[in-house]
Amino acid sequence: MARVLIVAEHDGQALNASTAKCVSCARSFEPSAIDIAVLAGDGGAIATQAAALAGVTGVVRVDHPANEAALAAVAAPQVCELAADYTHVFGPSTTFGKDLMPRVAALLGVGQLSDIMSAESAWRFKRPIYAGNAIVTVEAPADRPLVATVRTASYQAAEASGNAPVREWSTDAKLPDHTRFIELRSDSGGGRPDLQTAARVVSGGRGVGSKENFDLIYRLADALDAAVGASRAAVDSGYAGNDLQVGQTGKIIAPNLYVAVGISGAIQHLTGIKDAGVIVAINTDSEAPLFEVADIGLVADLFEAVPQLIEALSG
Amino acid sequence: MTVINTILVPLKRVVDANVRVRVKPDGSGMALDGVKMSINPFDEIALEEALRIRERGEAGEIVVASIGAQACTQQLRGGLAMGADRALLVEVEQDLEPLTVARTLMALVHRENSQLVIMGKQAIDGDNNQTGQMLAALWGRPQATFTSHLSFGNGAATAMREVDVGMEVIEVDLPAVVTTDLRLNEPRYTKLPDILKAKKKPLETLTLADLDVEPEVQFRVLGVEPPAQRPRGVKVQDVAELVRALRRKELI
Ligand SMILES: Cc1cc2nc3c(=O)[nH]c(=O)nc-3n(C[C@H](O)[C@H](O)[C@H](O)COP(=O)(O)OP(=O)(O)OC[C@H]3O[C@@H](n4cnc5c(N)ncnc54)[C@H](O)[C@@H]3O)c2cc1C
Ligand SMILES: Nc1ncnc2c1ncn2[C@@H]1O[C@H](COP(=O)(O)O)[C@@H](O)[C@H]1O
Repeated sequence: MARVLIVAEHDGQALNASTAKCVSCARSFEPSAIDIAVLAGDGGAIATQAAALAGVTGVVRVDHPANEAALAAVAAPQVCELAADYTHVFGPSTTFGKDLMPRVAALLGVGQLSDIMSAESAWRFKRPIYAGNAIVTVEAPADRPLVATVRTASYQAAEASGNAPVREWSTDAKLPDHTRFIELRSDSGGGRPDLQTAARVVSGGRGVGSKENFDLIYRLADALDAAVGASRAAVDSGYAGNDLQVGQTGKIIAPNLYVAVGISGAIQHLTGIKDAGVIVAINTDSEAPLFEVADIGLVADLFEAVPQLIEALSG
Repeated sequence: MTVINTILVPLKRVVDANVRVRVKPDGSGMALDGVKMSINPFDEIALEEALRIRERGEAGEIVVASIGAQACTQQLRGGLAMGADRALLVEVEQDLEPLTVARTLMALVHRENSQLVIMGKQAIDGDNNQTGQMLAALWGRPQATFTSHLSFGNGAATAMREVDVGMEVIEVDLPAVVTTDLRLNEPRYTKLPDILKAKKKPLETLTLADLDVEPEVQFRVLGVEPPAQRPRGVKVQDVAELVRALRRKELI
């Protein structure tokens, strides 16, 4: 029977929703155990949140000063030790999981599967390749641990209705000190909803034209109580921070509503929004590829349409 | 000042980022006949960074390496034209999984006595985003993934990493593996004289056996299918109609 270990993502205080999505992925193939490993400086509160996720059978709390910052080189040997009791070791396909899980796999001497979007069984999965232009079905052998990342946009977060036991564990391994955390710089979007979990997202592209004009995107987002996103061109041009980029190399998101303003719809952008509920596009170019995937398209100048829309929403 | 003797830069030959690839009708793979092939964009950024490090006097030699079919010499020559000193082709017919690629790169690191590997965070064909992390694990060395700024001092590198919540700064001792994000730099264009000069630079061909690497296949591909298509939407005439449509869908 499959036994799944999920490596928790957190910010030192609270569990990231990506962990609850990994739980949903694991539940979909009905393993006999789903345990969550919480590596932290002091993981008490996080472990409690993890233990509450429906379907979770246990939480392993690994407190260590070296786990204060999430460094893959430090976490990987610990996860490898824990992995001995499991058939599957999962992490989210966020920058946290993408950094860590391949290192875990290589230390275990096995390959890794990236971006699971659905499970057909405990050993058979679908994942996107070529920026989502194709979906491949792969089978992993059951004779070695399967290390994988879960495409978070493909799963709903498991609800918090359980109460699994928490145990403490510590490592005997010597943890490397060749990698040191210096600082984290984030401008956390001025109290707006988080891009990765928001129900609504408003994104701006190169068409917005300047950092000053990008204020229009923020105002529309506020009128919709939405998170803000951006295309690569908008980020590269300095209109928005890198943490707002949506797409193949940015964030893959699945809001109920996605409003794309002044974004052409390059394949690398579209791959980030395939799972959105309703896509709205506002663009002057009626041939923009974004209109091919948009549920509602408006061919219009954003500098006229967006203020009108803000007005209509606030009225 | 930190001076790195040899920087290894792996270059993967991939379908050009501007090509819209499609699944073959029989689901056996991608229709790739005759499509334009390029250096993986993240690897081009990796090479540009290595060149800049050398131009600052912080590195000696830059070796580019490709693992794949004979045709990869095109991308290696492209790398030499950009400014790399030497090229290595590890010739192999089949596609390799990231773990085997990482093992091959590990062997090259030892062979070339390289102290720094700069590589792409992700190959845009398989979208795996694994190889650099695996190489760092096999090597027992640090990894600075998704890097958008890199500097050196006192035998260590300082990397700014693009992470989901913003920018993370870490310091890693050398030797190390760095993987690149899009905003690390903008790769230079090569000029015709450079292309001609590149033809005279050394390009050595090796096999996996030369490097003592056994290719290992763990994941069996059962089929490839096109992604689900979104149903075609509607165009609205003005903002008022847009607002009505959103209300109908109970989104506002
Ligand atoms: C390896 C790789 C990875 C990439 N990863 C990503 C990624 O993760 N995310 C991403 O977004 N891109 C990514 N890209 C870049 C992608 O290919 C496109 O270049 C980018 O998405 C274009 O951004 P854009 O639509 O804002 O700009 P453009 O393509 O320049 O589009 C601007 C649009 O604005 C419209 N417009 C202009 N003025 C107005 C106006 N007044 N009112 C309304 N509309 C207007 C124009 O008609 C146009 O359609 C990647 C590329 C590569 C090679
Ligand atoms: N066959 C290959 N030849 C050379 N470099 C490769 C090869 N495969 C992967 N790489 C390197 O590993 C990086 C990450 O690839 P991947 O893990 O497959 O997404 C790429 O950007 C390249 O730098």
